[in-house]
Amino acid sequence: MARHGKSGARNQKPETRNQKLLVRRLIILLRRELSLLFFSPIAYVTLFFFLILNGLSFWFAIVSLNHAPAENTIGQVFFNTVLFWMAYLLVFPLITMRSFAEEFKLGTIETLMTAPVRDEEVVLSKFFAAFLFYLSLWLPSLLYFLVFSWLGNRGALGSTGQIWAPYLLLFATGAFNVALGCLASALTSNQIVAAMISFVLTTGFFFLTLAHYLANRASPLWREIAASISQVDHMESFSSGIIDSRALVFYPSMALLFIFITFHVFQWRRWRA
Amino acid sequence: MIRVEHLTKKYPATTAIEDLNFEVAKGEIVGFLGPNGAGKTTTMRILTGFIPATSGSAFVAGYDIFRESLKARMQLGYLPESVPLYGEMRVREYLRYRGSLKGLAGKKLRQRVGAVQELCSVKEVEKRPISTLSKGYKQRVGLAEAMIHEPPLLVLDEPTIGLDPNQIRQVRELIKSLGERHTILLSTHILSEVEMTCSRVIIVNKGHIQASDTPANLISQIRTSGNVSLEAKTGTDNPVEWLTKIHGVKEVTAQLEDGWQLCSIRVEASSDPREEIFALAAERRWILRELARERATLEDAFVEITHD
Repeated sequence: MARHGKSGARNQKPETRNQKLLVRRLIILLRRELSLLFFSPIAYVTLFFFLILNGLSFWFAIVSLNHAPAENTIGQVFFNTVLFWMAYLLVFPLITMRSFAEEFKLGTIETLMTAPVRDEEVVLSKFFAAFLFYLSLWLPSLLYFLVFSWLGNRGALGSTGQIWAPYLLLFATGAFNVALGCLASALTSNQIVAAMISFVLTTGFFFLTLAHYLANRASPLWREIAASISQVDHMESFSSGIIDSRALVFYPSMALLFIFITFHVFQWRRWRA
Repeated sequence: MIRVEHLTKKYPATTAIEDLNFEVAKGEIVGFLGPNGAGKTTTMRILTGFIPATSGSAFVAGYDIFRESLKARMQLGYLPESVPLYGEMRVREYLRYRGSLKGLAGKKLRQRVGAVQELCSVKEVEKRPISTLSKGYKQRVGLAEAMIHEPPLLVLDEPTIGLDPNQIRQVRELIKSLGERHTILLSTHILSEVEMTCSRVIIVNKGHIQASDTPANLISQIRTSGNVSLEAKTGTDNPVEWLTKIHGVKEVTAQLEDGWQLCSIRVEASSDPREEIFALAAERRWILRELARERATLEDAFVEITHD
């Protein structure tokens, strides 16, 4: 009764065949999640405001370099403006709020989870779709540097590493924040509530690790912890070309942890349905 | 095809189903009936692997739905009650996506998408976004999706809810024709539909199975099966008085209308006093217009079985 794959697949060990099926299903699910993100109006509203805020941030960077003796590179200014961080923190709720919440709301979770797919495949595909969308948001900003290198002062551009290093950090911290957003979305059936939870989680973490700037009375231990994981502090060093491996270990592992938690929350909610 | 053993599902506040046991053989079309909240949807959700049972086990095509869930799910197509679909997708795109998710690819996928579109008559809307379709089309898209991978078992939760009479008839015909190649477990509240399509009926109430038999057997077993109606001109005779004298008659009600006595006669189960009634009428020179035994319907059986 069970249908078999092509004759080639039948001769393989069951394990390799299972892995192949898993990868195949992941790709199918991922493609669907990506098309959902890229063909939705929300994606373009997000992209629009993200570009405006980043464009302004880049413009301010150029202006500030023009008006004062330049000690910093263009990247060091651009990646550390308030506008830049604002744009950065706003995108996570917007790109992740829909992923799980919408499935629960529409009830499509029922058809999805009675199809032959594993829970972990669904969770991973949703995470990676949101993450890939997040990464694609940064692509236009590469153009800024490209144009600047044609028209601007080469010296103000800094070295190639000074441009790539911030993107490396954005990759790591982005994975963490997207995972937080996915968790928020898995907690509720309401997109707006999901967006709010995710905003509180991501900005909450962001500002908590800024405690050493904000609160004078923060304990020395907390200052030290905060300084070693703060996204702002890390960006300062990454944008000056110093790659701090602590950030590259901490944020991806936290991302893994939160994907794991998301998986369990998702399964728990589905089973409770 | 389906084997359910001691299946129990408890929620924090309530017990949805308790110690359910039943089997569905290959090729059967089984109607799953019960009042709202009887545990039909819960049972179907467990059978399709959406939620786990608290205890007990369920097998689909020989696979344990919990332990070998993916294999079991390959063997079934499921249409949930709310017919959830992705509104922004186009019909064809949706069917292709779901087909590939269920392991179809390439030529086979194209062929199956074409076949189910044809079978469920959704071909003409294949390029439209699902959110713009009428309820009837959505229902059929859901049905097409459920059988895209040619599963031996179809589980349909109220497949005709919210449809107009024409659409109900179409879906009923479709289900009937599917019964030739698939085993079907369907739940519904439209009992005439069950009488027409199902080879067997399982009635659940408050989480327990109350009856499991063919529709015909269920009807013949119920008490209300003996009701005789009589329309006659009885002159000066009081029909109630005369009719209650006949052996086997339990209760008679009569109503005078345009000179005709319309009598409803309740008789004891498995007795048929029509012969005596006719003899009485002949003897008393009543003019007879109608003498008929009322056939009980599945609805009567349902009400009696699920009544407290």
